Amino acid sequence: MNSAPKSRPPPTSAEPVSSGRYSGWRLLLEGLAGQRGWSRAWAKAVPRAGYRVVIVGGGGHGLATAYYLATEYGIRDVVVLEKGPLGLGNVGRNTTIIRSNYFQPDNVRFYEFSLKLWEGLERRLNFNAMVSQRGALNLFHTEAQRDLFTRRANMMRLLGVDAEALSREQVKALVPLVDLDNGRYPVLGGFLQPRGGTVRHDAVAWGYARAASQAGVDVVEHCEVTAIRRDGQRVTGVETTRGRIAADTVCLAVAGHSSQLARMAGLTLPIESHVLQAFVSEAIKPVLDVVVTYGAGHFYVSQSDKGGLVFGGPIDGYNSYGQRGALPVAEEVAATAVTLMPGIARLKVLRQWGGVMDMSMDGSPIISGTPLGGLIVNGGWCYGGFKAIPAGGMSTAHLIATGTAHPLAAHLGLERFAAGRTVDERGIGPFPYAH
Amino acid sequence: MLRIQCPWCGERDETEFRYRGDASRSRPAADAGLAAFSAYVYERDNPRGWHLEWWLHVGGCRELLRVVRHTLTHEIHWVGAPGEQPALPQDGWPQDVGS
Repeated sequence: MNSAPKSRPPPTSAEPVSSGRYSGWRLLLEGLAGQRGWSRAWAKAVPRAGYRVVIVGGGGHGLATAYYLATEYGIRDVVVLEKGPLGLGNVGRNTTIIRSNYFQPDNVRFYEFSLKLWEGLERRLNFNAMVSQRGALNLFHTEAQRDLFTRRANMMRLLGVDAEALSREQVKALVPLVDLDNGRYPVLGGFLQPRGGTVRHDAVAWGYARAASQAGVDVVEHCEVTAIRRDGQRVTGVETTRGRIAADTVCLAVAGHSSQLARMAGLTLPIESHVLQAFVSEAIKPVLDVVVTYGAGHFYVSQSDKGGLVFGGPIDGYNSYGQRGALPVAEEVAATAVTLMPGIARLKVLRQWGGVMDMSMDGSPIISGTPLGGLIVNGGWCYGGFKAIPAGGMSTAHLIATGTAHPLAAHLGLERFAAGRTVDERGIGPFPYAH
Repeated sequence: MLRIQCPWCGERDETEFRYRGDASRSRPAADAGLAAFSAYVYERDNPRGWHLEWWLHVGGCRELLRVVRHTLTHEIHWVGAPGEQPALPQDGWPQDVGS
């Protein structure tokens, strides 16, 4: 155990917090009592001098990893360190879509595992994350694309995952907003994954944080990691803005900035950081009750329960750590939106923001050990990290607890690159800006 | 919107260009071995700061350019032809972590 600097406060455990059990009855009773009975959902922990596991990054994957470590693998001596407040990183910046409609069998299995965990998540966490399986519809626009999507749907069905082909008429009946005969890329049909949908993203961070905290994990906000300590080829802990913390295992769950954190340990990752923008329109009456993706450009849209259309497009296309985004892509996304759904042309965009993505060299995530003993990386999520939070957390917890890869995430190790076993869903090659 | 000063065409909008990635990697010797080639193909420094990168002026002269650009502010410090040595930014190449 490293000795702590003198200026640090004495080690204390987090004040235990019981927010009770959430339920409809509780909501009613608290309402009658003037809403005075609610307490903090998770404890504001003060970091101790050492833990068995330090998880860097209090986003979806970090919190889920901590929660599953405590509840599935019996490891409760865990701290999650978050640089800012919970929920303001990528877990709160995505377009909230969940689905498992992939092509590579390894990917289908992994994301289906995640979808199944989403299906039971709210009951398990006792937290309303507004999991809504409203369906995810992929439109196709050419004969070749129909063949490709058919092959993908067949692969999904062979693996026991739901996928349905829709004709033009069925697409129109499901999504009246879509202009089937739009001038650029007329819609020939679509593939629907009925179990796909959306989840309220910040509730995912809060729900996992509350459940992890109740299970004995310390969740520490406003604590930035400034260095990773090592002894030879083994990590021994981290330096933070709130002092030194020793650890047997350090897990990086900081997608967007994985390269920066890995460099603190002297590692270079197969990752570039890119900005992905998202947009929300003003709120309107219900017009869209399914997630729709355009097949002739990069565009995906759903309607939030508040009424805004939530949509996004491709990454800006050049390395960036700026959490904003530039106008050329905003214009491209707007043009695509209006091509597909001319009816929304007069909607105003209420908010626009950017998040920094770990774009990996094969477009697939990384859940892996590293050449350094005790250092685990969960990152490289490209656009797809949100839907993978439950499975990512479970597989990372498995790797930390057992030292071996989770069977459904064994293809996500860093060694796949040198070994030539990349998982390239789109067949692009080692060009992260093109995935 | 980035404005890139093409040495042949003058200052143009980023929409005329196509990004072609990190330009700081150089191909290892033929006998350098698997690890060196794997690192060349897959590993990237991915700095949060100044970055040397390729841009193809696809909507103009169709030449490849080398650009020194900041990945946080997006400021462009230098644009040159392949083979030209980039001018070093005043604060140097960043390999430091953080802002």
